Amino acid sequence: MALKGNLRDFSTTQLLNLINLARKTGTLSIQTDSESAQMSFREGKLIYAYMGNNNGNHLAQILQNSGKLSAEQAQVIQSHAEGKSDKEIGHLLVTARRVTQNDIIQSVRQYILDTVYKLFTWGEGFFRFDANKLPGSGYITIPIDLESVIMEGSRRLKEWEILQDELPDLDVALRFTDRPDARLRNINLTVEEWRVVSFVNPRNSIRQIAKANNLSDFEIRRIVYGMLQAGLVEFVNQPKPAADKKESAARPQKGAAEPSPAVKRSVVVRLIDRIRGL
Amino acid sequence: MQAVKMVITGPFSAGKTQFIGSVSEIDVVSTERKISSVAEKVKESTTVAMDFGRITVGDDLVLYLFGTPGQRRFDFMWDILSQGMLGFVVMVDSTKPETFREAKRILETFESYASTPFVVAANKQDQEDAWEPEDLRIILRLRPEVKILPCVATDKESVKNTLLELLYSILDQLDQENGN
Ligand SMILES: Nc1nc2c(ncn2[C@@H]2O[C@H](COP(=O)(O)OP(=O)(O)OP(=O)(O)O)[C@@H](O)[C@H]2O)c(=O)[nH]1
Ligand SMILES: [Mg+2]
Repeated sequence: MALKGNLRDFSTTQLLNLINLARKTGTLSIQTDSESAQMSFREGKLIYAYMGNNNGNHLAQILQNSGKLSAEQAQVIQSHAEGKSDKEIGHLLVTARRVTQNDIIQSVRQYILDTVYKLFTWGEGFFRFDANKLPGSGYITIPIDLESVIMEGSRRLKEWEILQDELPDLDVALRFTDRPDARLRNINLTVEEWRVVSFVNPRNSIRQIAKANNLSDFEIRRIVYGMLQAGLVEFVNQPKPAADKKESAARPQKGAAEPSPAVKRSVVVRLIDRIRGL
Repeated sequence: MQAVKMVITGPFSAGKTQFIGSVSEIDVVSTERKISSVAEKVKESTTVAMDFGRITVGDDLVLYLFGTPGQRRFDFMWDILSQGMLGFVVMVDSTKPETFREAKRILETFESYASTPFVVAANKQDQEDAWEPEDLRIILRLRPEVKILPCVATDKESVKNTLLELLYSILDQLDQENGN
């Protein structure tokens, strides 16, 4: 069913997060006034991405960008590439010992990542996800864990206002999510991030963690935001919108509005019977 | 006479008034007003204070359904409406991803008011553009025990089902508290 909208309302980060958590397979297309991009996923892993026109062969260009081929070499190869898929060209280049298989994998991987990171900065654009649509067999696909992609992409979204908006309250604590497949070792963390991770504990507020590590509000927000988006950590108590603070303080305690003892089981059972019979 | 109440909340235009209207035995006492702001002019009228519906259970028991106003500037009503509620329904227009973030905020605010059970209604599932409930679960970061239900607020059976699921959750909570 439909998974479409505008990046204005639903960001690249949120989309990738959804695709990752729901382990989706298919292709996400994004179209702006001037640009277009497609990303493909298999069971929640990023496997392919490109921007602009996709004629299925741009391996020569990719290898040139990564410095594995000179401009002339790339041009010669491109002129002979008509009608050949990236996979076929890659095979020919490896057989001819122009590049190694590893060169190709690393270069394509970097190209996919660079493409996706650019998408994080798109604030606008129509998107749609076509479930089960995948690139043809001639394409070189490389499975990449979305967790670290989301973390890096989020890091590049450095605007203070966004972070401020997402994490208004530094006095909440964090804990690790108990999603069983969230494995720290599959995520590339910087030294700074590892230090923060080592302090994640329901007893430590974000502010305390920042203090212990000598991080500014901005830096800690950036790191925590990345980890939240990747689904690595979550808030222990959901931060309350700032406006509610004084109201909850005025109330004797949270839970004052819980069903009073006056609401008996029999009352609820009667409500159920009544609504069933409507 | 005992009156119990449930609150129906959610972003602007999620279908709260419609939801209450589908099951209320009285015409929804709605404090609707014509919409003036251009940005919000996707429909003719909006709820400015609250919706109010009623289901009589017997001589001694009545259920009131209160719908919150969807627009942010009426937030001050939420706290008042939530007092003493038995549970609440968070309605989401599944066809409008631009409202999901707001839905999450509303949900968190109501959760901070009271630890009463709630369910999320993924409304407008009759529309082709509707996002799937399970995708909404991830987006709204719902805990596994929170129910997210496909809903069509214009369909009475669907509304009944949503209210029943909420009541089952309330029953479960009561039973847990009593240690049964
Ligand atoms: N197709 C479809 N339309 C619905 C459904 N539920 C509500 N609508 C329509 O969506 C629009 C908004 O519904 P309302 O009930 O006014 O929404 P609301 O949440 O009360 O809106 P505010 O009070 O302004 O916040 C109306 O045109 C309804 O007829 C549904 O399940 N399916
Ligand atoms: Mg309304």
